[in-house]
Amino acid sequence: MSATLTEAHPSTVTPEMEKAHRALIDESTRLPVVLFYASAVFWLLVGTVFALLASFKMNAPTLLDQWGWMTFGRVRPAHLNAVAYGWAASAGIGTGLWLMARLCRTPLRHSKLLIGAAIFWNIGLLLGTLGILSGDGRSIEWLEFPNYASFMLFVAFGLIAVWAIIMFRFREPGHVYVSQWYLLAAFLWFPWLYSTANLLLNFEPIQGGAQGAVNWWYGHNALGLWFTPLGLATAYYLIPKVLGRPIHSYYLSILGFWSLALFYSWNGMHHLIGGPFPAWLISASVVASVMMFIPVITTAINHHMTVRGNFHALKWSPTLRFTVFGAMCYTLASVQGSFMAIPSLNIITHFTHYTVGHAHLGLYAFFTMIMFGAMYYILPRVVGWEWPSARLIRWHFWLVAIGIGMMVVVLTIGGILQGLALLDPNITFMATLDYTKPWLFLRSVSGVLLTAGHIVFAVSFTLLLLKVGSLRTAPTLFGSDQGRQPEPLNV
Amino acid sequence: MNRMPVLVVGIFLTFLSSWLGLVAYPYFALARYTPVTDEETGDILPPPLSGLAERGQEVYASAGCIYCHSQQVRQVGYGSDLERGWGARPTVARDYMRENPVFLGTMRTGPDLTNIGARQPSEMWHHQHLYQPGTVSPGSIMPSYKYLYEVRKIEGQRSADAIDVLPPDTPPDGYEVVPTYEAEALVAYLLSLNRNYPLPEAPEPPQ
Repeated sequence: MSATLTEAHPSTVTPEMEKAHRALIDESTRLPVVLFYASAVFWLLVGTVFALLASFKMNAPTLLDQWGWMTFGRVRPAHLNAVAYGWAASAGIGTGLWLMARLCRTPLRHSKLLIGAAIFWNIGLLLGTLGILSGDGRSIEWLEFPNYASFMLFVAFGLIAVWAIIMFRFREPGHVYVSQWYLLAAFLWFPWLYSTANLLLNFEPIQGGAQGAVNWWYGHNALGLWFTPLGLATAYYLIPKVLGRPIHSYYLSILGFWSLALFYSWNGMHHLIGGPFPAWLISASVVASVMMFIPVITTAINHHMTVRGNFHALKWSPTLRFTVFGAMCYTLASVQGSFMAIPSLNIITHFTHYTVGHAHLGLYAFFTMIMFGAMYYILPRVVGWEWPSARLIRWHFWLVAIGIGMMVVVLTIGGILQGLALLDPNITFMATLDYTKPWLFLRSVSGVLLTAGHIVFAVSFTLLLLKVGSLRTAPTLFGSDQGRQPEPLNV
Repeated sequence: MNRMPVLVVGIFLTFLSSWLGLVAYPYFALARYTPVTDEETGDILPPPLSGLAERGQEVYASAGCIYCHSQQVRQVGYGSDLERGWGARPTVARDYMRENPVFLGTMRTGPDLTNIGARQPSEMWHHQHLYQPGTVSPGSIMPSYKYLYEVRKIEGQRSADAIDVLPPDTPPDGYEVVPTYEAEALVAYLLSLNRNYPLPEAPEPPQ
């Protein structure tokens, strides 16, 4: 099929042929995409349980405190690793490899590499999570997994990177779309990032004074050069696809990509402002953080101008609603991040729950929401079965949208109050804690909303995989616009 | 952008720049410290950890203390660390040369622990605090670390290392609470946390 498309004269290629070709590509990605998506949903639920526990423990410190493996200091990193590597990365890889096949315009080859990666990935996650709970955690933020687990993750990343290079090498000739720049970059950056950081911090640890720098070079780049490019690649693909119109500006896309690559990679030291490091090192990161305005505003304009005049589509398309929500939160989280790096503001927010709110705005309101949108788009095409119920999708959206909105707001307020109190040496330390307590309670409430949303999504996801109900011919959309054709564009 | 070499080289170079700045530079400039000897006292600074305290450092990592406690005293102009009495001077890279992993931290749900050994030198206080934080630190939301302690029947005489447990959660009559090796190690590590010594690059400010 792919041969006929390439060899055929462009004028003889009909939309039907293109559609059939896309269906063929989608089918070729089925097993790896479903494997990564199913593990993502599983780890989302696991990570959510740890999140709730960690949050409740801040409201009721004696909760389950008799067991070491349930102590706050282990449940919290178990949450972070389960959602970051288990949920977010698995969802990002699943989406990324489907996008890669679509954008290379060729059926997925060497799926064994990906299936192997998925197996290593899940064994690594399981060993790592159990390792943290049993006391083998390293207490290095974002790199808590003990060596026997991080090694497995690295093997999985390596296999995926090799696969990505092979796919890109054998792509059909023609334009390389912006999403693909981000995907290729993410798949190449991350193994380098992950191996360097693990080597210098966990396998052959360097002296403590330098560890902080490497730790936050890694921590921030895991967000900036792994999750962010995966999320942006997805948004750059889905928004034009669903709307059936091309991305607003090719030149803004180029500017956005290269400025992100250059500035984001230097951001890490803003987590250590005021700490025991040379001033120039921290200043470089502060400058790079402020320069992030360039890629962020560029991307925001590009996305906004693409959607402009078509906001009504958010009413009927689940994919678009989640994705545009995520894209808007990307702008918000990044602008907030740039401000947080400015030292005069950083002295308020540093060491407070404000940062936790910011992290959730980035990894949840931006990245996770876009991944939900991607799954709503991709899974029916890959499995050949539509989502069982628009009502479930609607519940999912509102529960998580309100849940994450509330979480970010309460942590932001609580964090600012905590930060201002910490700055004033006349306020006792114990009193700074009192400022946060009511907001930490509300954070738990928002966590319950998110949990409910995740359960609804998991039910919906399982029903689709089991192909429950009758075969639908039209996509599951909100409202009465069932007849819309959601994929008119050949990007 | 349709050319793979341009794309791949660009992806490589942008990342390489940060790798040089934030990894290679710290590796060569901040990971090569040696201890210094104080000319007046002859002390080796920063002082080496005892074997027990070194084990305690591992317990600190394993229990995840860093998720609420930092270990860094920032410079003047960056918060109230010095005014709060968390240290006599800001910490510098050499202070952390023996730390692995380094516990700089990013959260202060609990107070900074850079110099907790100097601020709270009582071994019993630390045991009571770890066993039931609220008893010695009212209003605290720190979890208890009872899993590091053993409640056991008193055989003959009360053990020398048994802790004086404060109400409400006192052991039943005839029982005592004894720290495990991990608890002893953790407390030894906490008591070792005292970075108020002078270094050439960070002299102690006159009191």
